[in-house]
Amino acid sequence: MGFEKFGRVSFTAQTKAGAFVEYLEKGELRGTRCRSCGRVYFPPRADCSFCLSSDMEWFKVEGQGSLVSFTRVNYGPTGFESDVPYILALVDFNGTRVFGRLGKDVPEEQIAVGMIVKAVTSTLPGGQISYEFLPV
Amino acid sequence: MPNDVAIIGVGQSAFVRGYEGSIRELAFEAYREAMKDAGISNSDIGASIICSAPEYDKQRSPSGLIAEYLGLNPQPTFAIETVCSSSTTGIRVAYSLIKSGLHDIVVVLGFQKMSEISSADSQERMGRGADIMWESPFGTMMPAYYAMHARAHFARYGSTEKDLALIRVKAAKYGALNEKAVYRKGVELEQCLTADVVASPLKRFDCCANADGSSCLIMASAEKAREISQKPVWVMGLGSGTASLTMTGREALDGLNCARVAAKQAYEMAGVGPQDIDVAEVHDCFTIAELMAYENLGFAEPGKGVELIREGETYIGGKIPVNVDGGLLSKGHPIGATGGSQVRTIVLQLRNEAGDIQVPGAEIGLVHNIGGVGIYGNVIILGR
Ligand SMILES: [Zn+2]
Repeated sequence: MGFEKFGRVSFTAQTKAGAFVEYLEKGELRGTRCRSCGRVYFPPRADCSFCLSSDMEWFKVEGQGSLVSFTRVNYGPTGFESDVPYILALVDFNGTRVFGRLGKDVPEEQIAVGMIVKAVTSTLPGGQISYEFLPV
Repeated sequence: MPNDVAIIGVGQSAFVRGYEGSIRELAFEAYREAMKDAGISNSDIGASIICSAPEYDKQRSPSGLIAEYLGLNPQPTFAIETVCSSSTTGIRVAYSLIKSGLHDIVVVLGFQKMSEISSADSQERMGRGADIMWESPFGTMMPAYYAMHARAHFARYGSTEKDLALIRVKAAKYGALNEKAVYRKGVELEQCLTADVVASPLKRFDCCANADGSSCLIMASAEKAREISQKPVWVMGLGSGTASLTMTGREALDGLNCARVAAKQAYEMAGVGPQDIDVAEVHDCFTIAELMAYENLGFAEPGKGVELIREGETYIGGKIPVNVDGGLLSKGHPIGATGGSQVRTIVLQLRNEAGDIQVPGAEIGLVHNIGGVGIYGNVIILGR
């Protein structure tokens, strides 16, 4: 339990990567790194598919990232109707890729592939917790 | 070229909005047409493979029900699922059942009654097509994913919304000629460019037509095919690949790696290259998907796919006619039936039975069928 606090609508309550939410609550976006072989994972995983170890540690996703792609969504699935429009984005933080949304207030004319952003944690209506990307 | 397995019968229901019948009756329409085409009876069939995306089915385990309704008891039946590419994955399994000698003749039946569930239920399921832990919580949908692929392609290669619109104009031209297509109207370039934005840069006409439908293929061993069929179409090459479901796991968004992997395998097995293909059916669930397919199948160099559509080379009469049955965009996309319908189109082309959309002299055809947003990729090369 606990993971259901992540995101606008959650579909998963239980995961061994649940500490992700605790880090978000502290204002930190974290992925996992395999202590055995050094592989880095975002989204975080409990198990390493490269060396099959489950000895993982958490690392911070920090600094500036570059926008790989984005889309402005005008029709959302169930549970997201009141959010539209919103902008989904994929960002590359030095080789670690993170999927999420751009901040609601970022003007659309300003958005372009290659734009530099940072990730910040955010609290959503109803107490859900997430992260979003903001221009730097 | 291997010719161990042939397709000896093809069938397809009309693709329609809101089919007025049950899933068993929908499946029967394609089955009857394929069996009549093959000229065989139920007792000749060794096994049936039933392909659908189960999130649209109310019937639990529909393969048992459908085998019964088709008259295929007591032969084995089972389900195969890779979302939108389910029925070409069914072909891969049928091929191995036949080549192993386990069965001589196998039915691959694909169906989807998208209208089986309410549109509210359908909206709910759409949100779960992504990784439900890490991406669905942001409000993802299929158009959004392909939109991100489109934006990345635009940024890297300079392709444009107009290029995508040209693809829809082509699909609509041929959809109008296909009496089994759900969308039979022409579409003007301007209409595409000014339509409602679904997920930028994709607009309404960049998205495929929702439909209910079924498809059926009868596959046979070489020995049986030569014995029964006057017009067998041979499976020359089969390729199948996968890529990460999560966007974060993809190296680049300007193409689909599962398709590249599958194409390479299929060309190698068939002993042919992209230049040898006379007619192709590609998975155009969105216009951008067809543009990426041109490049991932080697019909054009990466970034040069736009030249094919700008110069009309993917129309009949062009270098490589693509989706001349209207494609998913206009013919419609009943998930589990789509791949089988694509294969049917190519089989008819190679038999010179495609009517208004016949590509003259077509000898080798290709099918590219993708499941999910580039999660599963199947490529099949057929020859006469
Ligand atoms: Zn490891």
